[in-house]
Amino acid sequence: MFRRHTEARRPALTILIDGVATEAREGDSVAAAMLAAGHVIVRKTPVSGAPRAPFCLMGVCFDCLVTVDGVGNRQGCMLVVREGMRIDTQQGKREYGA
Amino acid sequence: MTSAAPVHAGREFELAVVGGGLVGMAIAWGLARLGRSVVVLDEGDLAFRASRGNFALVWVQSKGAGLSDYALWTMQSSRLWPQLAEAIEDETGIDVCFRKPGGLHLVLSDRELENRANALKRLHNQPGMQHFPYEILDHAEVAKLLPQIGADVAGASFCPEDGHVNALRLLHALHVGFQRLGGTYRANHAVTRIEPGRDEFRLHTAKGEITAARVVLAAGLGTARLAPMLALHAPVRPQRGQIMVTEKVAPFLPYVVHTVRQTDEGGVMISDSVEEAGCDASVGSEILAVMADRAVRMFPLLGRLNVVRCWAALRVMPQDGFPIYDQSERYPGAFVATCHSGVTLAANHALVLPPLIDTGALSGENLDAFRARRFNVSPAH
Repeated sequence: MFRRHTEARRPALTILIDGVATEAREGDSVAAAMLAAGHVIVRKTPVSGAPRAPFCLMGVCFDCLVTVDGVGNRQGCMLVVREGMRIDTQQGKREYGA
Repeated sequence: MTSAAPVHAGREFELAVVGGGLVGMAIAWGLARLGRSVVVLDEGDLAFRASRGNFALVWVQSKGAGLSDYALWTMQSSRLWPQLAEAIEDETGIDVCFRKPGGLHLVLSDRELENRANALKRLHNQPGMQHFPYEILDHAEVAKLLPQIGADVAGASFCPEDGHVNALRLLHALHVGFQRLGGTYRANHAVTRIEPGRDEFRLHTAKGEITAARVVLAAGLGTARLAPMLALHAPVRPQRGQIMVTEKVAPFLPYVVHTVRQTDEGGVMISDSVEEAGCDASVGSEILAVMADRAVRMFPLLGRLNVVRCWAALRVMPQDGFPIYDQSERYPGAFVATCHSGVTLAANHALVLPPLIDTGALSGENLDAFRARRFNVSPAH
């Protein structure tokens, strides 16, 4: 669905999306990296289970919530990817941690 | 007590209920189910509305110190609640998520636990007290019910009669049910003045006049001002409570805790404050910080969650804390109903009060204890 701009030549790094090693670029937001990798539906809502995709990409809509390094409900569009970052899509309510 | 004049044709409505919150709507819905023509006159979106800001407990275990009839009345409502929830769902298709898993009042020191045990003992030692089952639990016993508690929890009182509900859905469902039964709801019709006539009441509102054979005042904080117009007395004052709610999380709280409850949708509500602040419904970080600290000591996992919203609401607090149900002696078609526990008592308000108001006399059901003459003021006539 999304293709990277040909002039976007930032260095690549590797993140884990639902446990699968995936290429991203330095400076990507988590939401942008997921969209670029084809993960359009990043979560299901906590009450009705409806699918959600990143929408506003500027921190307002909270539709891109994902679990990052074990912490649920992080705004994917407001976080920059790091090498080895673990990103998990959410299926319903977030966990409350052990 | 004299009875109200019979309802007959010629007026716009058989009954006018002043107030569209939980108390007014429960009574209005109950009256509409009895086949009465009812109008609800309500304020608008900016009204002080405890019904939208409350903590949504159906709470029995601490009710009735100083008035054992209140314990009985509360328990009756708790036991009628399943019937109310079922009737609402049958008539509207809306599940108000009533659950009665039992409730815990958690304490954070041995001294608090001792105080709690003594308070419940005093409550049950009152003459005429309707006993409800409860237990005092130590830390280990609480941990069996709630494995997520923190080390600071000294114990709890547990009562199987306690429960909770989705109060926003309850208010919505009562409105839907009322209007399906043909009831008339008028928003932005704040009542400014009520004129008792020979056999009807004329209600002056922000948007014109309405007449009804009988009138029920259930206007929350507004009741204090309106009651004297009908030779009634309803001393209620605002009492601020602050609430915060977390993001929705996987269920971890299978019981209701008096200051921490997980809603049917997963959010965790925290409420632990009482302030005398007049009509100021603002939120203050000092109070919220204390509430959050106590809540995290009770359940350390809350420290990892985000608070997504906090708000303050004004409780409707009668002078002595107990509900006021009364009928005007000078104008027997006029009734008043106000209390601070509109959720807990909703089943009584919807199922018990309407038939009494309909027959024209608010008597029986031990309601005498709730009349305003207990405030020892000179009667208004």
